[in-house]
Amino acid sequence: MPQFLQGNEACALGAIKAGCRFYAGYPITPSSEIMEQMARELPKVGGVFVQMEDEIGSMGAVIGATWAGAKAMTATSGPGLTLMLENIGYAIMTETPCVIVDVQRAGPSTGQATKPASGDVMQVRWGASGDYEIIALSPWSATEMYEMTIQAFNLAETYRVPVFLLADEAVGHIRESAVISPDIPVVNRVDHTDLPTFGNSKDNSVTPMPMFGQGRKLSVTGSTHDEWGYRKTQSPEAQATSVARFCNKIKQNTDKIISYESYHIEDAETIVIAYGFTARSALKAVQTARADGHKVGLIRLKTIWPFPEGIFRELPKTVKKIVVPEMNQGQIVREIQRFTALPVEQYNKTNGTVITASEIADKLNEIR
Amino acid sequence: MKLDKYIRPEVFPTPFCQGCGHGILMQAILRALDELSLDIDKMVFVSGIGCAAWIPSPHFAADTLHTLHGRPIAYATGIKLFNPALKVVVISGDGDLAAIGGNHLIHAARRNIELTVICANNSIYGMTGGQVAPTTPCGAKTATTPQGASEPPFDLCKLVWGAGATYIARSTVFHVKELVKYIKKALTHKGFSFIDTVSPCYTQYGRRNQNVCGTSPANMVLDLKNISVRAKQPDELFTFSEKDKILTGEFK
Ligand code: SF4
Repeated sequence: MPQFLQGNEACALGAIKAGCRFYAGYPITPSSEIMEQMARELPKVGGVFVQMEDEIGSMGAVIGATWAGAKAMTATSGPGLTLMLENIGYAIMTETPCVIVDVQRAGPSTGQATKPASGDVMQVRWGASGDYEIIALSPWSATEMYEMTIQAFNLAETYRVPVFLLADEAVGHIRESAVISPDIPVVNRVDHTDLPTFGNSKDNSVTPMPMFGQGRKLSVTGSTHDEWGYRKTQSPEAQATSVARFCNKIKQNTDKIISYESYHIEDAETIVIAYGFTARSALKAVQTARADGHKVGLIRLKTIWPFPEGIFRELPKTVKKIVVPEMNQGQIVREIQRFTALPVEQYNKTNGTVITASEIADKLNEIR
Repeated sequence: MKLDKYIRPEVFPTPFCQGCGHGILMQAILRALDELSLDIDKMVFVSGIGCAAWIPSPHFAADTLHTLHGRPIAYATGIKLFNPALKVVVISGDGDLAAIGGNHLIHAARRNIELTVICANNSIYGMTGGQVAPTTPCGAKTATTPQGASEPPFDLCKLVWGAGATYIARSTVFHVKELVKYIKKALTHKGFSFIDTVSPCYTQYGRRNQNVCGTSPANMVLDLKNISVRAKQPDELFTFSEKDKILTGEFK
C-alpha cells in the first residue's frame, strides 16, 4: 500500500525496518526530519535515541553503540558530514558497520541550507584520511529513501563498513506516494564464535561483527592492528595488508554491491548518465526525446561508490555520446571519463535549484 | 600478583617511560576493580589518544576501545546508552579530555550519564613531544611555550562541577590508597563520575621544568607529597588559592 510520505520520513521508517536500534545525531537542514522521526519511532521498538552535542559526538556514539551490539545510524548534511569524517575513518579502520545519511545541500560551507546539490559525492568517497573503499547509494524517490536505507544497513552488515545513503535535499524533502514494502530482506548480525575480531587478510574475508560484554576481551583500535586488534603501528606488513583488505573486501564484491537501471538504451545513440533527483529529470527528458523520435537512453546510478565502471562494457555499440547532468561542477563526470573513450558532455548546475527535464532536453538538442 | 589476571600477558613491557605516573594509576584502577570484585567481562574501557590512553588499551584483559584523539567520551556515551548493563570507564589524558574533547566532557557531565572518567593529568602533551596543554600551569616551559606558558590552566574538577558531574575527586599517584578509594567510589557511583589524577610526566614536563620538578622522575613523584593539600571541605575547591599547590580530595 503506497503511503504519502516525505523522503526523510521514509528513510527513518526504512532504518527501523532494517533493525536500526540506535540513532545519534545533531540537527542540520535538510536532514533533520530523519532525526525527528527517529526520536518518535525508536522508543516504540525499544531503541535508543540521543541528540548529541555535535556531529563529531554523534558519529562517535554511533560507533560505540555498534560495538555494544546495535545497528546504528546518523544523518546529516555536507558541513556536518565534514565533522563526522574523522570518526568515519575510524569506522573504516575498525570495520564498524553503520549507516550515515547525507542529505546534500548547496555548499561549500553553510551554503544554502534548504537548497539541493550533489556536492558531497567526492566528500563521501575521499573525505576520510588514508586509503579505503566505501559504499554510497543514491536514491531518487521517497520509496527509495525507504528501500535503500534498508539496503545500506544490509551492505554495512555484510561488509562491515560504514555505508552512505547519499541523498539530496530534493529527495529528502519531496513528499510523494511511497511504497513501503514489507518484503525487503534484512541482513541480521550473527554471533561469531572464535573467529578473529577483524577478518582474515589472506582471503579478505569479513568476520561477523562481534560485540562488547560477552567476555571476549576485544581489543579495538583505530591504529594499525592485526586481526585480533593488537596495535602494529611499526609493521609495514600489517599496514599494507589492512589497507589491501579494506579495499579488496569491497572491490572483490562489486558485482554484489553495485546496482543501476537502464532505460531505452537498446538502440540509443546518446546516453544520459544521472543519479539522485537529477535522474528523475533525466528520465523525463529522455522520454520526451524518444517521443520526438530521438534515440536517447538513460542509465541511472543507484550505487555511486563503488563506481559502476562495468556499465561501459555493456553499452550497446550504437552509443556515440554520453551526457552527464549533475548538481555540482562535475564530480562523477570525470569518473565516467576514466572508463570510456566515448565523448562525454557535462551539464552542471550549482545554483541551489534542481536540474529540470527541459534543461536536460535543451542540452540533448544542443549536442545532437 | 593477583592483578595479573586483568592484564593481557602479551603486552608487556608497558610503553611508559620510567617514573611515569601512568603505571601507578593503571595499578590503582585495577586494584579498585579487584577490591570491588567487579566482573571485568561486563566492563568496557574506552580511551582516546596519548600516553594515558594506553593505560587500558591494550593492557587490560577486557573489552577495550581505543578511539580518536578527544572522542572517547562520545563513544562511551553510545556504548552506555545502548547497553546500560555494561560498566563503561573512560581513561585518558588531560589534553584528550579537556582540549579537543572538552565539548564531549562537559556534555556527558551535564547529562549525568553513568560513566566513570579518569583523567591522567600530567599537564602536558606527552606522546606528541611536550607541547602546552590546557592544564599546564602558568609559567611552565613546554615545547610550544619556550618562554613559559602564559594562559591560565583549567581546573578540571571545577569545570565538570559546573557542567553537572555528580561525583568529583582529585588525587595524585603518590597518594595511591586515597586514589584507589576514590576510584572505587566513582565506579559504584550512579551518574557521571570524574577523577582528576595528578600523574607526572618527567620526560616531557619534568626535564623542562627542573627548577620546580627536581632532577629525577622519582623526585617528581615524591614532590607530589609536598605540593598537594587535602581539602577539609568539598567547597574548598572554590576558595583554595595557595599558589603552586594542588588541592586534592572529594569535591562532590
Ligand atoms: S611521555 Fe610522559 S606521560 Fe608519556 S609515558 Fe613518558 S612519562 Fe609518561
